[in-house]
Amino acid sequence: MSETGRPLVEAPADAVAGEVVLRLSDVVKTFPGVRALDGVQLEVRAGEVHCLLGQNGAGKSTLIKVLAGVHRPDSGLVEWRGQPVSFANPQAAMRAGIATIYQELDLVEDLSVAENAFLGHEPRSLGFIRRGHMARRTRQILGRLGHAEIPPGRMVRALPAAGKQVVSMARALSHEARLIIMDEPSAVLAHDEVDNLFRIVRELTAQGIAVIYISHRLEEIREIGDRVTVLKDGRTTAANLPARDTPTRDLVSRMTGRTIEYVFPERSADTTVGEKLLEVDGLTRSGEFADVSLTVAAGEIVGIAGLVGSGRSEVLETIYGARRAESGTVRMAGKALRPGSVGAAVRAGLGMAPEERKSQALLLGEPIYRNVTLATFARYARLGFTDIGKERAEADRIAESLEMRPRDVNRPVRTLSGGNQQKVVVGRWLLGGTRLLLLDEPTRGVDVGARAELYQVIRELAAQGVGVLLVSSEVPEVLGLADRVLVMREGRVVRTAPAAELDESTVLDLVMSGSLMEGAAA
Amino acid sequence: MSDSPPTTKLPAQSPPVDPAETEVAGHKASAGTARLSWWHGDGGDGARRNLALIGVLLILFVIGAATRSDLYSNPDWVWANMLSILKLASVVGVVTVGMTFVIIGGGIDLSVGAIVALAGVWCTTVATQSFGAAGMIFTAIVVGMAVGLVNGTLIAYGRLVPFIATLAMLVAARGLAAEISDKQTQISQNSTINGIASNSLLGIPLLVYILAAVVIAGWVLLNRTTFGRRTVAVGGNPEAARLAGINVKLHTVLLYVLSGLCCGIAAIMLTAQATSAQAAMANLYELDAIAAVIIGGTLLSGGRGTIVGSLLGVIIFATITNLFAINGLSTEAQNMVKGGIIVAAVLIQQVQFGSLSQFFRRNNRLTTS
Ligand SMILES: Nc1ncnc2c1ncn2[C@@H]1O[C@H](COP(=O)(O)OP(=O)(O)OP(=O)(O)O)[C@@H](O)[C@H]1O
Ligand SMILES: [Mg+2]
Repeated sequence: MSETGRPLVEAPADAVAGEVVLRLSDVVKTFPGVRALDGVQLEVRAGEVHCLLGQNGAGKSTLIKVLAGVHRPDSGLVEWRGQPVSFANPQAAMRAGIATIYQELDLVEDLSVAENAFLGHEPRSLGFIRRGHMARRTRQILGRLGHAEIPPGRMVRALPAAGKQVVSMARALSHEARLIIMDEPSAVLAHDEVDNLFRIVRELTAQGIAVIYISHRLEEIREIGDRVTVLKDGRTTAANLPARDTPTRDLVSRMTGRTIEYVFPERSADTTVGEKLLEVDGLTRSGEFADVSLTVAAGEIVGIAGLVGSGRSEVLETIYGARRAESGTVRMAGKALRPGSVGAAVRAGLGMAPEERKSQALLLGEPIYRNVTLATFARYARLGFTDIGKERAEADRIAESLEMRPRDVNRPVRTLSGGNQQKVVVGRWLLGGTRLLLLDEPTRGVDVGARAELYQVIRELAAQGVGVLLVSSEVPEVLGLADRVLVMREGRVVRTAPAAELDESTVLDLVMSGSLMEGAAA
Repeated sequence: MSDSPPTTKLPAQSPPVDPAETEVAGHKASAGTARLSWWHGDGGDGARRNLALIGVLLILFVIGAATRSDLYSNPDWVWANMLSILKLASVVGVVTVGMTFVIIGGGIDLSVGAIVALAGVWCTTVATQSFGAAGMIFTAIVVGMAVGLVNGTLIAYGRLVPFIATLAMLVAARGLAAEISDKQTQISQNSTINGIASNSLLGIPLLVYILAAVVIAGWVLLNRTTFGRRTVAVGGNPEAARLAGINVKLHTVLLYVLSGLCCGIAAIMLTAQATSAQAAMANLYELDAIAAVIIGGTLLSGGRGTIVGSLLGVIIFATITNLFAINGLSTEAQNMVKGGIIVAAVLIQQVQFGSLSQFFRRNNRLTTS
């Protein structure tokens, strides 16, 4: 059999497009103190892309974990291809033909790409893993995913975030699946990557495979989706809406119970900015970025646009002292910052919300309030004794302004939905005392409503004189929020201009070219 | 679109369309169980496990009473026996408090027994004893902290794996102790020091007071201070701690210094008990301390743990030792039981109570295809 002629996924021979493969009725799932699913209805047909919409904490991830055998429902019926089922574990769901790409990446960092792709179902003969075969299949899947440049033997730890996302897609595709569930797969992907993803999704559905697709980006759902089911507070509020024709305000109102008109707060007429706060001059780290110079004034929001791997996150981390620059200087309010010292940066008033919430920002087992005050608890302490009451009150304030739910700040962060965890990460630096805010993909996984709140909060901070340096893969976000935009490509700033002088297609043209591995390999 | 709710301009706070519906579902459900939520929720995790440990202690007590009903029928003996268990637990208990911090902070300290021996030997040299009790205590504590400083520096700045660094220190410190003592047993001539082990206050041995003081100080340090908060952060997610501006390396060093400090205190206590010190003292204390920490529910991977749990772990071990002693049984059998208890404790940690009850619930209700 020729390697190239093989389909991406072995489509089950008896898959009939249009037939209902999955039906959920009245599914309920409770966690201690939370009714995550409260009677969910869902119907998925073979060959369709069924989108799940809902606010942060609506129960989308819980629902797909029920389907994937991670959780078992308390009550309700799950019918898979006409049979009532209850998967005892994820393996059982996979055997039944349900493959899942989880919202939080679940890769083993110290295994290779190929080992991760085939984790738990390695091709074997006589008890030995057929490594060559596994590497070949992995290379083939990666090739079809448009990422032939990722070596199957590379440790997953060495890959950038988007590369990891590709590997977890490869894992889902390594199964013979009839239903592939994707929980916010595009959250970590750049523009061109998303196009790639959609091409794959179309290939899958053309073979009669059903796809459940979760995203907070409505424009994606319009482009790829067939039907939409909306969840709110664990309940289905609308089922099987046509994805292309349902008006946005209708979708949003069913999700949130209200209508959102302006996502981006209007700029205030007063565009004067304060004195220079951050001055970066000739910053260089070989293999990551070179000769980056930029300034952020008090009250100014500066956006950095660029592909994943263009060096944006690395620039931010270097300014923050989390990486040490090889040359160049960072000055904050006129004073040079000690290179490679996060402590010095924080003392000078810098704060950074990093890109990867789970590995870089959160103590998952600790309560929300302790995560919110992770950078500031010492400030509330007296003689080394922490003031928990004050910390809770401050965290409460943040939870309120960012619409965190549940509002109870004593809950462990682990039990929060992905979008709500993201709010904790950003909220940490909104407590006051931050003079320059570095935001790396601040709205990753955050729903439409909360996103608007977050933008508003950022604007208000700027109005109070805080400088903001924002990195985002979403060009509209950069253009809508920033006063001034830097475009980065392959580790260099290729354009600096006021946001008003740029439009989306100009930025995309500047940003494109260069692939995932080029930026990260060195 | 007749059913769409009134348009509101974001981000102005808009009144929800249906207040009852926008209330987070969980808040409604949790109202009735709010009082029990500490038990079901994650916050009660440590408390729950500690209650289980107290249950184990009660079982051991019942076993004792059943096997030696003659002794247990005398309340005075029972009281005296409890005090002797606490006294037995005191030295390892102090070491375990330091170990708990190191393990919550994501490390491990295999050198604690060796540090106790080195500190004990150093503080009982003829030269040191000439400075009196204060000189001996000072020496033991400084030696303990100095060794901890070396451990911590090697690990934080030399980037050695804690297991390797402290294993090397275990060997080296015992070697140095043998060198200093010339492999002899050094008698403590100081009656103040020796009195720490033999004297009581209000009927309770001084050693038990020291244990109580160290445990309370440890509890406050872990749960009420910025130091404790940093410890949990550094152990739970070092990268997140670093990016939040915490000096992870410095804190790591401090954790090993703290462990060394506890070893120094333990060295005085043990020297007082034996009225002497030698290079082989406190043998395998590292295993007792680590085992107690594990039984106490502290995650070996760091980021979570309790002082009270560790204390209960130490007391459980001492009670087992006592149980075997009063029944005249061999120490071999005793070690086997201890090993079994460690395994059982770890198994209980893996099958958490929450998932266990879930397990029972689902097996009652659902049918599997
Ligand atoms: N393990 C858990 N323990 C307790 N509560 C949980 C747990 N997992 C999820 N929850 C709660 O269940 C609710 C639904 O969460 P879920 O992750 O399904 O939301 P989501 O719709 O995926 O949101 P997002 O868009 O932010 O990813 C939330 O209130 C969350 O706090
Ligand atoms: Mg989710």
